[in-house]
Amino acid sequence: MLSSAELLNFANSHGIPLWAMDAFIAALIALGLFAAMGLGFMVQVYMERKVSAGLQLRYGPIYVGPKGSLQLVADALKFITKEDVFPSSAEPWIFRLAPVVMFAAAFLGLLVLPFGPGLVAKDLNVGLIYVLAIPSIGVAGVIMAGFGSKNRYAILGSLRAAAQMISYEVPRSLSLIGIIMIAGTMRLSSIVDGQGIWYIFLQPLGFLVFFVATMAELNRTPFDLAESESEYVNGYHTEYSGMRFGFFFFAEYMSLFAAALLTAVLFLGGWHGPGPVILAPVWLLIKVFGVIYVLMWVRWTFPRFRIDQVMDLGWKVLLPMALVNILVTGIIMSV
Amino acid sequence: MSKLEEQKLPDKLPDSLLEREFEIEELKSRPEDTIVSQELTINIGPHHPSTHGVFRAIMDMDGEIITRIEPVIGHLHRCFEKIAENRSYAQFMPFTDRMDYTSAMLNGWAYAMAVEKLAGIQVPERAEYLRVIAGELNRAISHLMTYTFSGLEAGAVTPFFWWFEERDKLLDLFEEIAGARMTFNYARIGGVSGDAPDGWFDRVRDFIKTLRSNLDEYYKLLFGNYIFKKRMKGIGVISAEEAIRLGITGPCLRASGVNYDVRKADPYSIYPRFDFEVPISYKGDNYDRMYMRFLELQQSLRIVEQALDQIPDGPIMAEGVPRLVCPPPGEVYAHVESSRGALGYYIVSDGSPKPYRVKIQAPSFGNLQAFTSMVVNNYFADVIMIFGTFDPCFGEVDR
Repeated sequence: MLSSAELLNFANSHGIPLWAMDAFIAALIALGLFAAMGLGFMVQVYMERKVSAGLQLRYGPIYVGPKGSLQLVADALKFITKEDVFPSSAEPWIFRLAPVVMFAAAFLGLLVLPFGPGLVAKDLNVGLIYVLAIPSIGVAGVIMAGFGSKNRYAILGSLRAAAQMISYEVPRSLSLIGIIMIAGTMRLSSIVDGQGIWYIFLQPLGFLVFFVATMAELNRTPFDLAESESEYVNGYHTEYSGMRFGFFFFAEYMSLFAAALLTAVLFLGGWHGPGPVILAPVWLLIKVFGVIYVLMWVRWTFPRFRIDQVMDLGWKVLLPMALVNILVTGIIMSV
Repeated sequence: MSKLEEQKLPDKLPDSLLEREFEIEELKSRPEDTIVSQELTINIGPHHPSTHGVFRAIMDMDGEIITRIEPVIGHLHRCFEKIAENRSYAQFMPFTDRMDYTSAMLNGWAYAMAVEKLAGIQVPERAEYLRVIAGELNRAISHLMTYTFSGLEAGAVTPFFWWFEERDKLLDLFEEIAGARMTFNYARIGGVSGDAPDGWFDRVRDFIKTLRSNLDEYYKLLFGNYIFKKRMKGIGVISAEEAIRLGITGPCLRASGVNYDVRKADPYSIYPRFDFEVPISYKGDNYDRMYMRFLELQQSLRIVEQALDQIPDGPIMAEGVPRLVCPPPGEVYAHVESSRGALGYYIVSDGSPKPYRVKIQAPSFGNLQAFTSMVVNNYFADVIMIFGTFDPCFGEVDR
């Protein structure tokens, strides 16, 4: 990689304005991330299908590509070629913008996540706050999808999703205070560097709260109330089809990947592992997909909670647990 | 707004929830500063993922709580009772399979029993045993379906797929004796359509053995799950008096503490020869209704094992049954314990080859009535679960 000084010199000598240089680099990073996420999306969807099939005594996709691995390409083609169904009563702009908002929020969350030592788009010093805050904008997309499509299932589903995502934001953020206290930083790469012992061992309670809240944030079973197919048909994206649905789908798996990456970075020692440094991203990816596998395993095994039980769990169980975790961490650190 | 203005209100509206839809439209045309708060009317079905077929319900919701329900049935009405009046007795047999299609064996059996009673036909021993084996296996797999399907409604998809494995094995067995995999048309007036091929009884034994060993896992997967218990226990409670008043039968009635099983209360066929229990519970909630099914399933397997031990050799069709059965004039009521409750056939004969009237007393119909009376003041998600525990089969409700 070129250092920033060399880039500056290059820009100066060729008369390229600085903003153009910045924009070019930003676009390059965005494209790289997008490509990586596209690949990750394919791998995850294939994995989800195979994992669920394995749990359900099925084969999963077998026909398209070797062992069905290109199934998503066929699906993508189907999404693109499908008729763009637009409900006549929908609010045009809100309906169209909702998938974009969801997608953008999930995508922006990836900016500060490190994929390896130095392999990060922007290593913010408040990375942890950023990564908790920005993907939460996605809830606006959920509400927009619900209200924009003017479908009652969608409205109810989006209200559920909003209530759930906002409630679980609180214990999820609080569960990480312990890590910030131990690491003394909110820069994600520094948190990884500080993990001589994985934080999952130092913060077991914090991990538990964080993991459960993450599941709720991702709207996956047992917290898939937003799209509970046996009640609200498909929740907030009931009216979406074709590529618009594809965006929701992509955003969902992107946030799944981001959440798994965050879990690995915060609790599972990030890219630490035996072997040379060059293997660091490999170790990280192994951990990420391990977390994703656990999330899928839970999803395809558990039934879902009822909405009031979800709220109870969030406010009456996880929130006190997160607070106790902060207290205990504080006491142990000061002793 | 142009669409709303075009919509002309009818002079007199029906007294139903649909009326309120018009009210809402009317309210929209008021000045903007009028704030109107109203309960949300939501329509479920007829093609909704968890309506077990084609049930439609219009519900009023206050937040997540249902305040009113208006069920709409009849989407699967196929005039079976009328069709029966226009066919010979034997020709109606295939239609019975299409009523409660998840326990088709028991439907055909009930109809055959009614006609045999009317015409005074004695069914040979071996045929009775084959009917018991097929019927009880069908009941077992139907109960397992209801159980795993309630998992599906609660969001656990996996058990339902596991069920397909068991079902497919059973359908292979049924295919060998009946030739079909879904609508078996197995019972005949005076017997059954096919004898068991060589080694079939051993295969049934193997099937029972594997099913038994798998049941433990099925149990742990849902009943052993904290979330599932939380969703099921104490929800949708119905008392014994209420259950009798509403005409509930089958496992749902026994979950409320009423010991009524047609197999014991009015023994038919060869059931008195078997040693089995009728499981009873007293809470009458979702969990008990489902648990009764799980226990009954095991009793069914017990009955099949005994039947396999006892089955004699002999003919499978009664001798001298004419091709065109013409029962003497009269009427008859025969009922069996179907997987959903007491299934009865009331047949009136005028001595001609066609029945004068066939009235089918379907258990799902009574159970559905109970469901609609229990919905109010429950969470929407619970309503779906209650519906699942009553498990009405709409082929049977609408007929």
